[in-house]
Amino acid sequence: MDTKEKVLNILQDLTGNDVSEDMDSNLFDAGLLDSMGTVQLLLQLQSELGVNVPVSEFERSKWDTPNKIIAQVKELQA
Amino acid sequence: MLTFTPYENPTYFGILAIALLPIVIGLLCGKRFHWYETLISFFFLVLIFGGSKLTQGIALIAYLVYEVLLVWGYTTYRKSRNQTGIFVGAVILAILPLVVVKLTPAINGTQSIIGFLGISYLTFKVVQTIMESRDGVLKKFEPWFFIQFLVFFPTISSGPIDRYRRFKRDYDHVPSQDKYLKLLQKGVHNIFLGFVYKYMLSYLFGTLMLPKIEHQALMAHGMSWSLVGVMYVYSMYLFFDFAGYSLFAIGTSYFMGVETPINFNAPFKSHNIKEFWNRWHMTLSFWFRDFIYMRLVFFLMKHKVFKSPKTTANVTYIINMTIMGFWHGVTWYYISYGILHGVALVVNDWWLRYKKKHQDKLPHNKFTELFATFITFNFVCFTFLLFSGFLNTMLFAK
Repeated sequence: MDTKEKVLNILQDLTGNDVSEDMDSNLFDAGLLDSMGTVQLLLQLQSELGVNVPVSEFERSKWDTPNKIIAQVKELQA
Repeated sequence: MLTFTPYENPTYFGILAIALLPIVIGLLCGKRFHWYETLISFFFLVLIFGGSKLTQGIALIAYLVYEVLLVWGYTTYRKSRNQTGIFVGAVILAILPLVVVKLTPAINGTQSIIGFLGISYLTFKVVQTIMESRDGVLKKFEPWFFIQFLVFFPTISSGPIDRYRRFKRDYDHVPSQDKYLKLLQKGVHNIFLGFVYKYMLSYLFGTLMLPKIEHQALMAHGMSWSLVGVMYVYSMYLFFDFAGYSLFAIGTSYFMGVETPINFNAPFKSHNIKEFWNRWHMTLSFWFRDFIYMRLVFFLMKHKVFKSPKTTANVTYIINMTIMGFWHGVTWYYISYGILHGVALVVNDWWLRYKKKHQDKLPHNKFTELFATFITFNFVCFTFLLFSGFLNTMLFAK
């Protein structure tokens, strides 16, 4: 599984929705993610992908769509 | 000597306009004069904390020396090491002056001599700087810049609460002429809307209506329609007063080429309490979200303190909002205001989950949305009545 798939799995797990159909929809506006979901996302990224994202690094505007999240994770992996 | 409360009278705005003029001309020509900005900041600090308020001025200077040394010490330490104990110690030391200032009136009924207007807003900035430094996202600490960030005069007394890295981007940067002209336009708009909010609506509700209706409610002894009136009138006053002030602070920042984040976004339109906190005193609630709620949830989940994420979220909501209550002041009505909002967030989350599960059975239309806004508005106004301290006057004052 590549990064994209793993992230999408995590998101599906967290939101209960298949988000891969609309990769640019805003997860916060849609009510699929909130602060709690965010923290769960950060923890799962840490345990499943080994990327360490401190809470300070998390700026909502840069993490609000599936595409942006994948891009951020890839950047942190590089 | 004259002293001013920021944005309280026409003279203040007159001085402000003259003082800002060189900055505006400079930015229009693509130049930022940091030395002039510092001079003006200092000048306004003297206006706010000089003369009869000199004890506050001295308290501010002592506070700044203390906090800058503390953060400087911590960031220097953090470069080579990263122990949790030291981090926690630094945070405790950072909030210590604020704790003393908040506890003193509750203990002996007088104001602490180390207090000054805006101490809590400065403390937010200090604590977040320590936390971002702990997380390793803030690598370079510049003491002189840090002071400019703390005492940025448009927002010194009551926010909005900016962030170190965001403020730094604006501070180091000269906006393009096109962008700056738009900022000026927005700045003027904010300040004039602020006039309407603060000098017309807040005056109408707070100065003309509130004392009368409060008097009626006191005369009625107990539940009365006047008390219901106090609830709505006070809520309107609180919003227009604080939102008006925020518009002044933000508008002034725009003139200086700094895009201070907004504080209010039509809060009474909210459909639920969660949305309300995304629209009301936004920089405060986002600060609590980012630096208390999320970090506490992160810690509790990582160490698996509670089995279910739901429990974790609920417990943290209550803790988060209770701390916010204490921050407002150590009185029964502020603290219960905080707890009540914490409980409301828990109920709100439960309801949202319930609604999601039973989507097909629950109606959703314009009417239910209107009803949701109605309920939220009335709940919020009720908590503001509590917050106002009027119940305390009514029930306990003789």
